[in-house]
Amino acid sequence: MMDSHASMTNLPDSAEGQAHTPHAEEEHAHPDWSIYWKVALILTLITVGEVWAFYVPSFAASRGFVPTLLFLSGLKFTIVVMFYMHLKYDHRLFRVLFTGPLLVASITLIGLLFLFGHLHIKIM
Amino acid sequence: MSASATHTSAPASHHYTTLGLDSRKVAIWAFIGSECMLFVSLISTYLIYKGRSIVGPFPHETWTDPATGHVFKPILNIPVTSASTFVLLMSSLFMVLALAAVQNKEKPKHTRGERVLGNSKLWLWMTASAGATFLGFQAFEFTSFVHEGLSIRTNLFGSSFFTLTGFHGAHVTAGVIWLVTLLAIDYRRGLGSKDSLLVDIAALYWHFVDVIWIVIFTLVYLIK
Repeated sequence: MMDSHASMTNLPDSAEGQAHTPHAEEEHAHPDWSIYWKVALILTLITVGEVWAFYVPSFAASRGFVPTLLFLSGLKFTIVVMFYMHLKYDHRLFRVLFTGPLLVASITLIGLLFLFGHLHIKIM
Repeated sequence: MSASATHTSAPASHHYTTLGLDSRKVAIWAFIGSECMLFVSLISTYLIYKGRSIVGPFPHETWTDPATGHVFKPILNIPVTSASTFVLLMSSLFMVLALAAVQNKEKPKHTRGERVLGNSKLWLWMTASAGATFLGFQAFEFTSFVHEGLSIRTNLFGSSFFTLTGFHGAHVTAGVIWLVTLLAIDYRRGLGSKDSLLVDIAALYWHFVDVIWIVIFTLVYLIK
């Protein structure tokens, strides 16, 4: 009972008392080997697809090249964060702690590209 | 379990938030959030300076030095970097298996497969080795770039590229050292399910290093 509870909450046994809060019970059991190797296979296949796209001149020159690579990269990012970092299964607070700064950082990146991306200055 | 038993068995170093979460895990997620900011600033710098160097070598284009007539080939080696990317992706698989092995240490293992999957030393060693291999690839890449005429002082591409990938490499190095210390603990006294949080925190850092490389590989190496 205690073992299953500890694995559910990812806390040591000594934290059992604290772990019975409603929030802590939002955490779920982590996946096992059968999920992990499938995730690894998907990540490998996506990477192979990205590199393949790079070496197809007609596709690399097309308008769809950059959006496709960005989508595939974002997909890999999300898969690793959700399944390997267990954000899909862990407490909501961890999601907030990660996605909050990531959102701010992404907005900053887009803002900087809008501010300086149009300048055509050659340096060095 | 009684309150007194809980109190006596709880190590003094464990601190839990009012949500019942270990403060160390909250801290590592907050740290990862701040690291997102750091890497996005470096990636932004790279993207803003992309294509603005007036002298080569360039990442994807051939460049002829007007002074010497020397022709510089595109500097990025996609096959080598693809191999290092694959190694880092596999290291993430090894890391989750190491964590699962530590979490399930006390469970009985009947088959050979269960014993292999439950061997935390094996998976920690594999993760650290994969990290070290990735660093070897990066050292090879940096060395070959310098031999081909691109250093951190050559042009804007060199400055932003070496800063971005160098910072990432430093993070991988810290991760490998962290994993080796966990491996040393495992050999010395054995990591059990009580230590799963220690491995979980290291794993979160390691996967973060992996996801950052996923972004760098696409933005720096594949998008021309």
